[in-house]
Amino acid sequence: MTAPVIEIHDLRKSFGAVRALDGLDLTVQPGEVAGFLGPNGAGKSTTIRVLLGLLRADGGTARLLGGDPWADAVALHRRLAYVPGDVSLWPNLTGGEAIDLVTRLRGGADPRRKAELLERFELDPTRKARTYSKGNRQKVALVAALASDVELLVLDEPTSGLDPLMEAVFMQELRAAKEQGRSVLLSSHILSEVEKACDTVTIIRAGRSVESGTLAELRHLTRSAVSAVVAGDATAVASLPGVHDVVTTPAAGGTRVQLDVDAAHVGGLLTTLGRLGVRSFTAAPPSLEELFLRHYGDAAPTDGAAGDGQRRRTTAGAR
Amino acid sequence: MTAVAAPGPLVRARPARTSTLTGTGRMLRLMLRRDRWRLLVWTAAVAALYASALGEYVLLGADGLQARAVLMRTPAMITLAGPGYGLDDYTVGPAVANELVLWMLVALAVLSILEVVRHTRAEEESGRSEVLRAGAVGRHAPSVAALLLVVLVQAVVAVVTGAVVAGVGRLPAGESFALTGAIAVGALVFAAVALVAAQVSEHARTATGLSLAVLGAAFVARALGDVQGDLEVEHGTALSWLSPIAWVQQTRAFVDPRWWPLGLSLAVTAVLLAVAAVLGSRRDFGGGLVAPRGGRADAAAALRGPLALAWRQQRGGLAWTTLGLGAMWFATGGVVSSLPAVTSTLLENPVYRAILGEGDLVRAFLRVIGLYVALGAGAYAVSATLRLRTEEQVGRTEYALATATGRHRWLGAHLVVAAAGAVVVLLSGALALWAGAAVTGVTDPSFGDLVGLGAVYLPAPGVLLGLGVALYAWAPRAEPVLWALFAWSFVVGLFGDLLRLPDGARGVSPYWWVPDPLVGHVEVAHLVGLAAVAAALVVLAFVGFRRRDVPAA
Repeated sequence: MTAPVIEIHDLRKSFGAVRALDGLDLTVQPGEVAGFLGPNGAGKSTTIRVLLGLLRADGGTARLLGGDPWADAVALHRRLAYVPGDVSLWPNLTGGEAIDLVTRLRGGADPRRKAELLERFELDPTRKARTYSKGNRQKVALVAALASDVELLVLDEPTSGLDPLMEAVFMQELRAAKEQGRSVLLSSHILSEVEKACDTVTIIRAGRSVESGTLAELRHLTRSAVSAVVAGDATAVASLPGVHDVVTTPAAGGTRVQLDVDAAHVGGLLTTLGRLGVRSFTAAPPSLEELFLRHYGDAAPTDGAAGDGQRRRTTAGAR
Repeated sequence: MTAVAAPGPLVRARPARTSTLTGTGRMLRLMLRRDRWRLLVWTAAVAALYASALGEYVLLGADGLQARAVLMRTPAMITLAGPGYGLDDYTVGPAVANELVLWMLVALAVLSILEVVRHTRAEEESGRSEVLRAGAVGRHAPSVAALLLVVLVQAVVAVVTGAVVAGVGRLPAGESFALTGAIAVGALVFAAVALVAAQVSEHARTATGLSLAVLGAAFVARALGDVQGDLEVEHGTALSWLSPIAWVQQTRAFVDPRWWPLGLSLAVTAVLLAVAAVLGSRRDFGGGLVAPRGGRADAAAALRGPLALAWRQQRGGLAWTTLGLGAMWFATGGVVSSLPAVTSTLLENPVYRAILGEGDLVRAFLRVIGLYVALGAGAYAVSATLRLRTEEQVGRTEYALATATGRHRWLGAHLVVAAAGAVVVLLSGALALWAGAAVTGVTDPSFGDLVGLGAVYLPAPGVLLGLGVALYAWAPRAEPVLWALFAWSFVVGLFGDLLRLPDGARGVSPYWWVPDPLVGHVEVAHLVGLAAVAAALVVLAFVGFRRRDVPAA
């Protein structure tokens, strides 16, 4: 197997008293679209800035395309394109000029590809950048990135200013980039976007990775919500391993049991329920949404994120 | 059950007034709340300018002012001051009216323009006023509120500065307040101009630019008109009377007051406001009357590196600075030919002697102006380096550095363009000074003398530039220190002798070390020293910028 495109281990970065990154791990394999998921202020942009050699890490290791992001910045940047979360353009340049300038600073781009993308994103390149809305500025950066012939796309919340139609165009372009064998790091706090586009997901909170893997793996790690009506006495269910938050209520024909169960313990639960005489049974698969809320919802902290609720607030300004 | 106790529908509790001016009062309060500090600083700064100028007039005394009156008859000073009322008996009052009105009016007109555009078109462009206009706020409310804001501010400034004129200048209160009031009325004309411009253009910058262009035209028309007149016969010609600036100057304050020219200002203001109202009623929210021009869809082949980008960003500012300062130095050069006529009277005055020193008056005068020229280049260098920080704060530096652009190349490109700009401002200033003098027949000092004067000053703005980039690299937050050093250099250069500052304090200013090519001899060691300091600071900047986080924490 070839070396990872991005390999971050135990990355640390503080701004004064604020710990923005606190032992972050992230790996992106070649040809992979990697989702980088976390709430605002979790450290996504800080991580990206370290990868781009803009910020110097306090500790840990970061490798980008086989090189050192800080020392080899210029050489590495020829091989990647970056779309910032909040795109600011040179006000007296037109959108078209800004695209040409940025792609040239990266080493050049195909003008036909630029024209094609301008059309797809419905962007007027003759307007001065100061007259662009946030969405249009984002389109400029996206066109400049997608028109560049690079191995890696680093996209920091690239769709935050786009309307749903443009978001769909972006998704198609992302898929096309993947088919061409490019790797993508896509930071986002929009779950559906990551669910649609990414092969793997790394979820971070308060500067630390709390979960990572393929979407299937992550789903496997989570709990399903089960609701069943059983004829017998349901108290035994609560003591089963991997079963949480059991609520029993009287129901027609028996007792209604509602609970969450860890993926690994579904079998044991089914056996027990079967013995009690199941009248009705529903099980909802975990959505990424629930996964996300499990990690970020203050009401349900898990081991990895326990006590992080307060720190998350203090790192909100890290971006 | 009584009707009073029943909670009536809110709509009925207050009769709905549907006017295009609904909400004006609330808008005005919001504007005052947003701008309280900014307006306070403006007022204080204008009052301080009045105080320092008046202090100088009082210090000069009758003889000094009478000597100055000779200069005021020259075309150059008519351009830079006024039509020359009361030159035969030039006391503090006529001096204020003749010399201060122009600059105070220009400053306050700029304030009018900036405030009006800031609260109308800029708000509309940013989308903020969309939120307000979606509430119970009439179509014309923001414009009228902005206008009221300017009226209020100009009135306050007029009262404060009127008191300064009367107090510091020991002048009759009535006429003092009438003069500052007249300036306020003159500044209102430009508020109305800005309001029209804000309807015409979709963009705040364009609206400001248009209004400033009108102000510039008013300045030029007044100057050309007044210069054409023969001072023995008339003060100002028909051309002058086209300019709103002339309407204030023609009130002949402190000489032979007449106030009817202000009627012109008020009438034109009223007409402009009516035009703005009509235009404002017809256009869409966010729309203008002139569609913005499109630009290039593809960049020119030359726009391909950080150097080209830095040049593209700075060339506009450089062109305007060079042109504006150049015109001023050209006009100042024109005064030189009249200097010998006033030499003796001028030098009898202790204040002038302190500023100009002993010896040949023309050379002494040019040395002072040369310092001004070099300080102008310094101001350009300071603002050019402060740009770097703005670029970083808005995120453009980060975006550019994420491409295959090294940090040294990035910093170097900005530094080269800023330094070249400072050189251009300095040398073109010296050249304009020479041209102004040459046009009026002055041959000594020569072309070489004045270009040399510009050249020896080069290392001083270089130190400011070096300090600017070094601070940017190591302590970006400390960059305001740069303006402080610049201001100190100004004080040392102009008032160092007058205030009897110790050498230690003067030596902080890089300009103080520059030898005196027109009067004294050139001390090369000082120049080399300054250049070495500038170079060391630049090296420090490059080392620091490679090491730090971008954006800086």
